[in-house]
Amino acid sequence: MMALALDLLSWIFLLAGAAFLLIGAIGVLRFPDFYTRLHAVSVCDTMGAGLVLIGLMLQGGLSLVTVKLLLIFYFMMFTCPTAVHALAQAALQGKLKPVVEDRES
Amino acid sequence: MEHFIDIVLLGLLMITGFAIVRLRSLLAVTMLTSIYSLLSAALFVVLDAVDVALTEAAIGAGISTILMLATIAQTTDREKVPRHTPLLPLIVVITTGAALIYGTLDMPHYGDPDAPVHRHMAAAYLHDTPLEIGVPNVVTSVLASYRGYDTLGEVTVIFTAGIGVLVLLGYHTRRQNIQPPGIKKIVVLRVIAKLFLPLILLFALYILLHGDYGPGGGFQAGVIFATGFVLYALAFGLGNAQRLIPQRLLHSLAAAGVLIYAAVGIEVMLLGGKFLEYRVLADDPVTGQHLGIMLIELGVGITVAAVMLIIYFGFVSRQSSGDS
Repeated sequence: MMALALDLLSWIFLLAGAAFLLIGAIGVLRFPDFYTRLHAVSVCDTMGAGLVLIGLMLQGGLSLVTVKLLLIFYFMMFTCPTAVHALAQAALQGKLKPVVEDRES
Repeated sequence: MEHFIDIVLLGLLMITGFAIVRLRSLLAVTMLTSIYSLLSAALFVVLDAVDVALTEAAIGAGISTILMLATIAQTTDREKVPRHTPLLPLIVVITTGAALIYGTLDMPHYGDPDAPVHRHMAAAYLHDTPLEIGVPNVVTSVLASYRGYDTLGEVTVIFTAGIGVLVLLGYHTRRQNIQPPGIKKIVVLRVIAKLFLPLILLFALYILLHGDYGPGGGFQAGVIFATGFVLYALAFGLGNAQRLIPQRLLHSLAAAGVLIYAAVGIEVMLLGGKFLEYRVLADDPVTGQHLGIMLIELGVGITVAAVMLIIYFGFVSRQSSGDS
């Protein structure tokens, strides 16, 4: 019973993560400019990958694999937002203007 | 299921390959080659070749992308439009491809257990490793002990590559700290880089020392060690990174790694064994093998890390010397 509940929970996490990854991918394709696309990527990286990792941890149970996955999770929570932040800053300093819809004209 | 994953990965590899050929922006091509390496690494994991996958991820997706980006930063990111027609190259490629595919018809089937490669040496390695060497990771035992000569050759090749880059590009030490002016403002990057540098170095040491038991070894560890310092150079500037690890130190380390490797071989000869026959290093043959493998992996790691940094600094320090 307990195992079934854990399995179910883990699959919910895995599917939710996959959904976030899919949404992020669609966002990268569909959004109009660099900054909005970056926003989609960061959702994809932190949320999607994070949820998938949590799902995998539940699959792994109490083992060395889970500890390693936890370390990867911790690592990703730091590096992904940093990378996206650095990219956005670099684009801003490279004088890349965000696309702003002009409703007046 | 495994076949499905294989097909998806190979399909993605093919798409990436086509995109690399079609795109003219070299920056995009560099990123795509990095993706190509990551996909191949995933494919190697599916094939249970985790050591190769780790190498591919660290070298193919990691440091070679950085080196290519450094090259693009100095040259140009647009590929020249070729002036000749693509007809002749197309014919050459199709002929070569057809010949290669024809050649594969004689090869054993994919995953065939009766293939000659599985029946000859591999069986002996798998059988003898627990008895003679006693490390769980057979790849390490083959690489470091059974085929120690080959690995010594590989390390020498890497060392020679480092010397080649030094001779061609030179090594420019920067007195002042060179860095794009904007980077100082990205505080988050600097903080995280400082936080993660020790972790990356620790992870590299783990890969180095744990190579007997899990995937990894000197080559991967050396590259990961080097990327830690590359990260430092990116976040804090080239001059600071070169002060952290001076040129002389890098040069001596690159040579020291190869020397450690060769010295282990000679030490073994002095103790009465053959070249690189580690089992005479200790009273117990298995302990001797462990000690020998550990020492030569250390040598490999030192040389690889030093050479990677020599190449990186060689590439990047030129960049700023051109316009000053």
